[in-house]
Amino acid sequence: MAEDIKVIVFKLGSEEYGIEVDKVQTIERMMPITRVPKTYSFIKGVINLRGVVIPVIDLRGRFGIQEAEHTDQTRVIIVNVNEMEVGFIVDSANDVIDLNRDSIDTPPEVVGGIKAKYLDGVAKIGEDRLLIMLNLSEVLNKSEIVQLESLEG
Amino acid sequence: MDMNQYLSMFIDESNDHLQSLNESMMGLEANPEDISIVQVIFRSAHTLKGMAATMGFEDLASLTHQMENVLDLVRNNKLRMQDFIFDTLFKSLDALESMVQDITAGGEGKADVTAIVAALQAIVRGEIPAADGAAAAPAAAEASAELQITLDEFQYSVLEQSLQEGHQVLYIDVAIRKDCQLKAVRAYMVFDLLERSGEVVKSFPSVQDIEQEKFDHGFSLYYITQKGADEMKSMIMNVSEIDSVTAIALDQESLAQMALEAAATVEAPAPVQETAAAPAPVSQAALPARDENAAKAAPSRTGAAPSRTIRVDIERLDVLMNLFSELLIDRVRLEQLASEVQNSDLTETVEHMGRVSGDLQNIVMKLRMVPVDTVFNRFPRMVRDLAKSLDKKIDLIVTGAETELDRTVIDEIGDPLVHLLRNAVDHGVESIQDRTASGKAETGTVNLRAFHSGNHVFIEIEDDGAGIKPQKILQSAIKKGIITQEQAAGYSDDEAIQLLFAPGFSTAEVISDVSGRGVGLDVVKSKITSLGGNVVVYSTPGKGTNFSVQLPLTLSIIAAMLVKIGSEKYAIPLSSIVETAIIKKTQIRTIHGTRMIEFRNSHIPLLSLSKFYAIPDFDDTTEEETEILVVRKGERMAALAVQDFIGQNEIVIKNLGKYLPEIQGISGATILGDGQVALIIDPNAFIK
Repeated sequence: MAEDIKVIVFKLGSEEYGIEVDKVQTIERMMPITRVPKTYSFIKGVINLRGVVIPVIDLRGRFGIQEAEHTDQTRVIIVNVNEMEVGFIVDSANDVIDLNRDSIDTPPEVVGGIKAKYLDGVAKIGEDRLLIMLNLSEVLNKSEIVQLESLEG
Repeated sequence: MDMNQYLSMFIDESNDHLQSLNESMMGLEANPEDISIVQVIFRSAHTLKGMAATMGFEDLASLTHQMENVLDLVRNNKLRMQDFIFDTLFKSLDALESMVQDITAGGEGKADVTAIVAALQAIVRGEIPAADGAAAAPAAAEASAELQITLDEFQYSVLEQSLQEGHQVLYIDVAIRKDCQLKAVRAYMVFDLLERSGEVVKSFPSVQDIEQEKFDHGFSLYYITQKGADEMKSMIMNVSEIDSVTAIALDQESLAQMALEAAATVEAPAPVQETAAAPAPVSQAALPARDENAAKAAPSRTGAAPSRTIRVDIERLDVLMNLFSELLIDRVRLEQLASEVQNSDLTETVEHMGRVSGDLQNIVMKLRMVPVDTVFNRFPRMVRDLAKSLDKKIDLIVTGAETELDRTVIDEIGDPLVHLLRNAVDHGVESIQDRTASGKAETGTVNLRAFHSGNHVFIEIEDDGAGIKPQKILQSAIKKGIITQEQAAGYSDDEAIQLLFAPGFSTAEVISDVSGRGVGLDVVKSKITSLGGNVVVYSTPGKGTNFSVQLPLTLSIIAAMLVKIGSEKYAIPLSSIVETAIIKKTQIRTIHGTRMIEFRNSHIPLLSLSKFYAIPDFDDTTEEETEILVVRKGERMAALAVQDFIGQNEIVIKNLGKYLPEIQGISGATILGDGQVALIIDPNAFIK
């Protein structure tokens, strides 16, 4: 009997993604970002979250999807993984759902162009809603980024 | 009466008294004729005795009582201070310190001090042994025979590390036959043998003493090797005229056990504030304790006021800091609003709030900062003892002890500094003969300096000794397989000297128990690096050596210049700025493809921050007139081109979090009055 988990649902383009709620600190509206030079292009800069300086990542950029203009739907999801606090810029975030762990399937090879290793699995909700569960420690894995950079550069 | 509630106060005060006793005693040693110092010492000892007696620590009280008897004779001019008396008194202080430490750790403060007491009593009776007599004070010899082989923290951590890396740590006890003629030679043979298959970390008696036959018929040592205990034992037994050998292989537990047993005699008391226990009901509690004790001690209370301290979890201070920077931001917003609304009552209130929060800011900042004095204060005594044991004359000059450092750094920096200081005393400063031979003053000088620079604190340990010969280091490094012959050829003198920090490196040619053996500076380096700092050596052969330790202020407020470049704002630590100026395009020259400007009769490079940081909406090269900041790192300078100066401001340094990689030229971030984040420029990155 698998337990129920709460999942924050957000959107990138037409895809819906999920992050377990206990990894999420808060969800913020878009706020001024200070650019940080000489770093990866998907790191948009740093924000002041109530006195703490936190780097923010454009999740589209991180996944290699074309970046989009920010709208009033744009949100910054602040997560805390392995003592790293990072903000994710997403297109919108407006749902919290309960999910049974059993309903999460292992990810197929390619989903929406994102490498499978960033994914924990795919959950089917209702009739035609697919929720992609993110593997946060892989998304924030820096050694892999360095590899990526050196391949490109 | 329940004594527990007074205990923490007793410990605090005892530590204060011991520290001041140590200091005054050193002062007296430098100036033995000054009876007024004896008075101070006497009063301090007397108070300590009274306190100890009231608290029921009899051993402590009786030892101080014996000290008092000696001091009493001195202050009444019935006894002249001399080396032997100083040594005995210092020994007594050490014993007192270890007793107080025992009490701090929850013990009874008991210790076997009969030898010291006997020595003190002998002094009172006027039986002062000849200073250079062969049988230097029977009492003192007795005392040292009772001492166990003790490890300092550094040696202990080295042994522990060796165990973790899979080496054997042996405790070896060697007894030489009683009829042996040349026992020093036998001892030398044993050491020679040991040297070949491992490293002696610490021996007792010290190697110097062994060399001078100042030992009975045996010695003990801690030893790191790959070989087994039995194998070592049989190897040592092969040396002739060895009576017996015990070799015990230690594991972490037994090592800790031995260190613990020895701890009673270990030097280096923790700084006073460190040991301060939980908050006591101070003011009320103080009175009854004093009353009881008044007959004995009341008139003699002098010295430092008791420090009343509370231990606070650093995390709570972090929370306080964060809340506070929120408040600062709100303050700036309120000030902006007030100036828009133009209501005089509101403006007044906001101004008042501004002043209060400014004061508050100072206090919050200071909470985490501790003067390095708390670490430095034990060094004069240590250097004195070391110099004495090495038969050298050394002046330790401490400057900048008031420099403040973050508490977390203070807690960690003690050990590395002890090591560097020992290094300076042992290897740096030459023996008296060598010094006179090379035309220097007999007394060597070791400078211990602390100062702020930028968002760093520097601690320098500089000696005026023989310096380091780069060639010698290279040879040694090649011999030890740290670098190859070919690599060595490519090393500059500076680079060669930095090899001192390479793991496994030790230049000690003569075994000495002061620096240990093979316990290299790499341990020091790794410790300092783990604190986010750095350590470098500068050395001039014949002139001396300077170890410079750079430490970050992990959390602090600094004065900074805010500048604007395009739409972005940056902060530059004021301390590294030499001056600001405006230059015309015609003043910029190009030399070897680098833009240079003339500054005070020399040419310094002009760097474009907008290029370096790839700032999209500004380019200083198109400007007719450019604002520049001249920054300095040591002797070297450079000019940084910016667009506009915003002004000077106090900023709170924040780190960029764990996720971001190290960014060249950026040392952190700060939050400005409008809530925006501004990055802090690290000017050091621009000056190579």
